[in-house]
Amino acid sequence: MDSVELIGMISIIMAGATVGIGAPITAIGEGWAVSRAMSALAQQPDAAPVITRAMFIGVALVESSAIYCFVVSMILIFANPFWNEILAIAGGQ
Amino acid sequence: MEITPDSIVYWQAGPIKISATLVFTWLVMALMVLASWLVTRRLTTDTTLSRGQNLLESIVEGIQEQIRDVTEQDPDRFLPFIGTLFLFIATCNVLTIVPGFHPPTGSLSTTAALALCVFVAVPVYGIATHGFFKYLKSYLSPSPFMLPMNVLGELTRTVALAIRLFGNIMSGSMIGAILLAVAPLFFPILMDALGLLIGLIQAYIFSILSLVFIASATRAHEEQQHVEASTANEEIYG
Repeated sequence: MDSVELIGMISIIMAGATVGIGAPITAIGEGWAVSRAMSALAQQPDAAPVITRAMFIGVALVESSAIYCFVVSMILIFANPFWNEILAIAGGQ
Repeated sequence: MEITPDSIVYWQAGPIKISATLVFTWLVMALMVLASWLVTRRLTTDTTLSRGQNLLESIVEGIQEQIRDVTEQDPDRFLPFIGTLFLFIATCNVLTIVPGFHPPTGSLSTTAALALCVFVAVPVYGIATHGFFKYLKSYLSPSPFMLPMNVLGELTRTVALAIRLFGNIMSGSMIGAILLAVAPLFFPILMDALGLLIGLIQAYIFSILSLVFIASATRAHEEQQHVEASTANEEIYG
């Protein structure tokens, strides 16, 4: 197997694996945060604005780790530096 | 398929490029300035308001309310900066549904610029409140050993702000483009509707987070004073 195929294959596999591992773990964390916020809302409906805002901020902070995974996998697919490098070498020959 | 509007270049002369990011940023700015100018040129204090004045007043009131809730300080200090951030990002994200519009917030350069504004604004507000040396001393709290962590935290949260907004908006337009190729009939519309929701939430999150950062820089010392004052009170009354 030459290096073009290797780089292409590993990039695609890792792009899937990055989102596939990163997103579910983040989703579990977010689910915990939201479920805690919901039970807090059920106990204290008066504090709804404060709880909702804190939940949104927390969820957005947690969400960013899933977004990092997504950005990395998008880079692997659409803007892969190694792929561009190998294409440039192949084009030069 | 482009992952950022930076790669769409309309005009180029040497190193100077006019990319889609630049064009649509100016478009959004022009739109907002024009709309505000149209509304504010005939403001009234009557009981009958024009629709536009009503809209702008409720937006400004809402932002003021949120700032007051989060910081528990006078909102007028933060309103210009936070309000501008929120309105610009929200307008960019909402206009995503217009066909042919590439949201400038879907480019890492725009979001990095916005995050850098926050990065600069935090020490500016902190120094304006506490003075130069007292602000620098806040990096040494709770102990001088935490100095590298405090500096690192300052940097990473700026990067996180930029990447979070970029990733969310970029994923929205990316999902739309992929679904157009896979199931072009209804699903792209649904995902666009979801993208509207996500765009507004991200605008809210970006401005609230920068507000929290700024507020933590301006507040730190007041709380200490508060604690000292309350202990003093206890001594008096106890």
